[in-house]
Amino acid sequence: MKYYFICFAFFLFGISEAQDCSFTFSGELSDFHDGTPISAAAIYIKKLDRYTTSDLDGKFKIENLCKGDLILVISHIGCETKTVNFEVTGDMFKAIALEHHIEELNEVSIKTNISRNETTTAQETVIKSKTLQKYSASNLGDALKEVSGVSSINTGNSIVKPMINGMHSSRLLILNNNVRLQDQEWGIEHAPNIDINSANQISVIKGSGTLAYGGDAIGGIIIINPTQAILKDTLFGRTSIGAQSNGRGYNVSTRLNKNYASGWFANLQASHKRHGDFESPDYVLTNTGLQSSGVTFSAGKKRFESGFELFYSYINNDIGILRASHIGNISDLVTAINTQEPLVVNDFSYDINAPRQEVTHHLVKALYYKRFRNFGKLNLQYDYQNNQRFEFDVRVGADRDKPALDLNLQTHTLSADVILDARDTYKLNFGVLGRYQDNFANPDTGVRRLIPDYERYDFGIYLTSEWDVNDQLTLDAGIRYDFNRIDAKKFYQTSRWEERGYDEDFQDIIIEDLGTQLLTNPIFNYHNVSLSGGMKYTLNTNSYILGNYSMARRPPNPSELFSDGLHHSAARIELGDLRLEQELSNRLSASYAYNNDKLNILFEVFYNHINDFMYLEPVGIEQTIRGAFPVWSYQQTNAALYGADLSVNYKILERWSINNKSAFIKGDDLDNETAIIDIPAFNTRNELTYRNDTWNNFSASLKSEWVFEQNEFPDYNFETFIASTNETVLVDISTPPPAYHLLHFYSDINFNISDKTKLNVALSVNNLLDTNYRSYLNRLRYFADDLGRNVTLQLQLNY
Amino acid sequence: MKTNKYLYLAILSLILVMSCSDDDSNPVPVNEEEVITTLIVSLNPTGVGTPITMESRDLDGDGPDAPVITVSSAFEENMTYTGSLNLLNETVTPAESIREEIEEEDDEHQFFFSSNNGLVSTSYSDIDGDGNPVGLLFTLTTTSAGDGVFTVVLRHEPNKTAEGVSDGDITNAGGETDILVSFPISVE
Repeated sequence: MKYYFICFAFFLFGISEAQDCSFTFSGELSDFHDGTPISAAAIYIKKLDRYTTSDLDGKFKIENLCKGDLILVISHIGCETKTVNFEVTGDMFKAIALEHHIEELNEVSIKTNISRNETTTAQETVIKSKTLQKYSASNLGDALKEVSGVSSINTGNSIVKPMINGMHSSRLLILNNNVRLQDQEWGIEHAPNIDINSANQISVIKGSGTLAYGGDAIGGIIIINPTQAILKDTLFGRTSIGAQSNGRGYNVSTRLNKNYASGWFANLQASHKRHGDFESPDYVLTNTGLQSSGVTFSAGKKRFESGFELFYSYINNDIGILRASHIGNISDLVTAINTQEPLVVNDFSYDINAPRQEVTHHLVKALYYKRFRNFGKLNLQYDYQNNQRFEFDVRVGADRDKPALDLNLQTHTLSADVILDARDTYKLNFGVLGRYQDNFANPDTGVRRLIPDYERYDFGIYLTSEWDVNDQLTLDAGIRYDFNRIDAKKFYQTSRWEERGYDEDFQDIIIEDLGTQLLTNPIFNYHNVSLSGGMKYTLNTNSYILGNYSMARRPPNPSELFSDGLHHSAARIELGDLRLEQELSNRLSASYAYNNDKLNILFEVFYNHINDFMYLEPVGIEQTIRGAFPVWSYQQTNAALYGADLSVNYKILERWSINNKSAFIKGDDLDNETAIIDIPAFNTRNELTYRNDTWNNFSASLKSEWVFEQNEFPDYNFETFIASTNETVLVDISTPPPAYHLLHFYSDINFNISDKTKLNVALSVNNLLDTNYRSYLNRLRYFADDLGRNVTLQLQLNY
Repeated sequence: MKTNKYLYLAILSLILVMSCSDDDSNPVPVNEEEVITTLIVSLNPTGVGTPITMESRDLDGDGPDAPVITVSSAFEENMTYTGSLNLLNETVTPAESIREEIEEEDDEHQFFFSSNNGLVSTSYSDIDGDGNPVGLLFTLTTTSAGDGVFTVVLRHEPNKTAEGVSDGDITNAGGETDILVSFPISVE
């Protein structure tokens, strides 16, 4: 970790008579936070071409100064040097508080490739700006796979949900510029609404240990940070343009950052991408095009003692979903599984037709902070999010262009956070949070609501602390309490109400009886306590170990409680359950890290025991006019997930290095003695890189990605009668596809166009050998192969 | 301490935000628009005989109740019937005719008929704008006596030009199944 100290001091000292060069300046440098003296700071007196240093008490003295201008240049180890001007009129003494804090130091760092960890003892991996730039044309879920142990659960190739150690959706918490994303994250086909181009750095934290962000992150936390403001008069920007062969798509992204030494700043970023139908090695994946636009704007004033920020981000995604995945009933699914090619393959097109989804997400944030001497820092934040989701199904007649799903989710959050860092070795952080959320399901769709109208209230309070016991050992601990209240208004079909047995348990929540339908008002309150404790022990200059324990509770989400309807791409009826209770996770983890000039190793293990783990399971078959459908209902069981992640980087020669990232995980359903569904198989990625700085920072790498077959899966296969052939067949929806191996190539080179302008040209080829494969964690694996070869060319101009 | 003031302020304003956004109006029920609850197959003998009506009615749509299937009487041997289909959405009052929607978009729909044990054979009696069959009108012919199942399938967006599809063979039809109903029948 690099420390930056901004140190500046002003000293005026004058002694009476003019022309008499006998004035004395004396000063005292102290830490802003705790008032401790800053010793050994170098003070350069330009006029005299002389140095002096502050003593153990932070004091220093400059003698024999003449009347007139005085320029002092003050620096401290690792500091950005500051120059200050004064006019000497007489002898003077001044006590100066210096800004001496790691966090702030990083905030003033101009270099975007400096990484800043969010935690000390958690299993955290930071993805730097340089790496993120490779994914400019792609999405968040794909970029996160840079971290060993992170995979994704996909619906096709454009709807990519990150998965940390086998957990996804509501079990992950995503923060965009310190705002917890509220974008209907419960659904597997709801990808996070993040424009990857707006991110400057992403931290992936495995496990729930970071309680300041939330108490229900059973899987982990993803923290997305935009470019930080710097205290310098500067204007810089970046524009990238890319084109890719698969999908015949392009992407444009640009950003401009303006900063002033006074602390004022403004950033503007915009991006746009457009793809047509993607292609597997053998056929066009009809209706998989996408169009995405995003804008981010922020402005404010950032001073050491106080500051504010206004932040706005907008993203609109229009994503086509493979046409062949829209099926009517089980016999269609059987046909799809048995047919190698998708049932609908048309010529390449940029058109995005039904089925498709169109999601717009607005995020507004206002932040104010103030620092108090000898105390700490207070943050006050308000944020508002508006998430509008339309899903268009294949429909007939007048409903053809009408969305089948129209949900609007609005969230207001107000939070206050105090960091007490007055003492060097001890840090305390506490805060409160209140949130109000309103979901509106538009009835004009002509389709019964999948998720009902609801209002949700959250209140959270937390306390975390960090203690540097000695040079080797750091301990941290935290506790958090959350209260969640969900107040919904939901229609149930009377037949469903009775079938679920709600007429016995929930008869009192009916507020209106419409004959075939009942309007109900379920209200649920949840109290959650979360705990965490961790330690970091530095073994020597090259290695350290981490240990962490966390306990987290997650209340059921609206989908788990209220889901009620037919899912077209899965040909199944999904039902929530009003009786679900919170799930409770107890997670133990440990890491070992070794770093030297040539070798970097990070080895992580974890064991996550989850009581009352919520999951979907087939529970029966129901007959409709479209034939029979399996019914999947949310159930609870006790589960254990455990595994190990390895990341190794080794510099074989001056210019050659190899990198390995491997992840192994198992998920056991302890009650039913079977495996948990959708657990990633063992995968290992090996990369050989050649880098030559003398050739314009040229680099080229070849990456092998090997994903094994998942042999442990629950058997949810069932038999169905196919009327058209008068046969009963087994519907194999459980067996994972075979293992696959892919090769990827990446190369880039940098040109200095002028003093401040740099051009980066990157060429990459994904799936170099055009291999046919299907991924177990892709929900459309029954219908089509995954993507074939993709050649991407990207030009990036930094100025 | 000064900090407390901010905290109180934060909590207070939060309560304010929460209290002004409450409204107690109830959501309105959704008018389900393209639900097909009812399929009625009407068969009239071309000779002397009894007209037959077969019905599948599922008033809760995708709900847990199974469709109620009725067949008015048995078929006669060696008889040709003229068949006609009617489709309704009975979740709304008055019932909405889905048949009209299919007639309007007849090029995107096709019915397929099948039976086991070779009990009956069918042929189309109507065509869409492209000259391909639809199946709202058809003829049904019985031969010898026996018991079995008669199945009606409606496919949305089938490939009508694929091999065999215009002759009523569902194998290459593709598309999505909107209706799949099996009626128990007997030919006497």
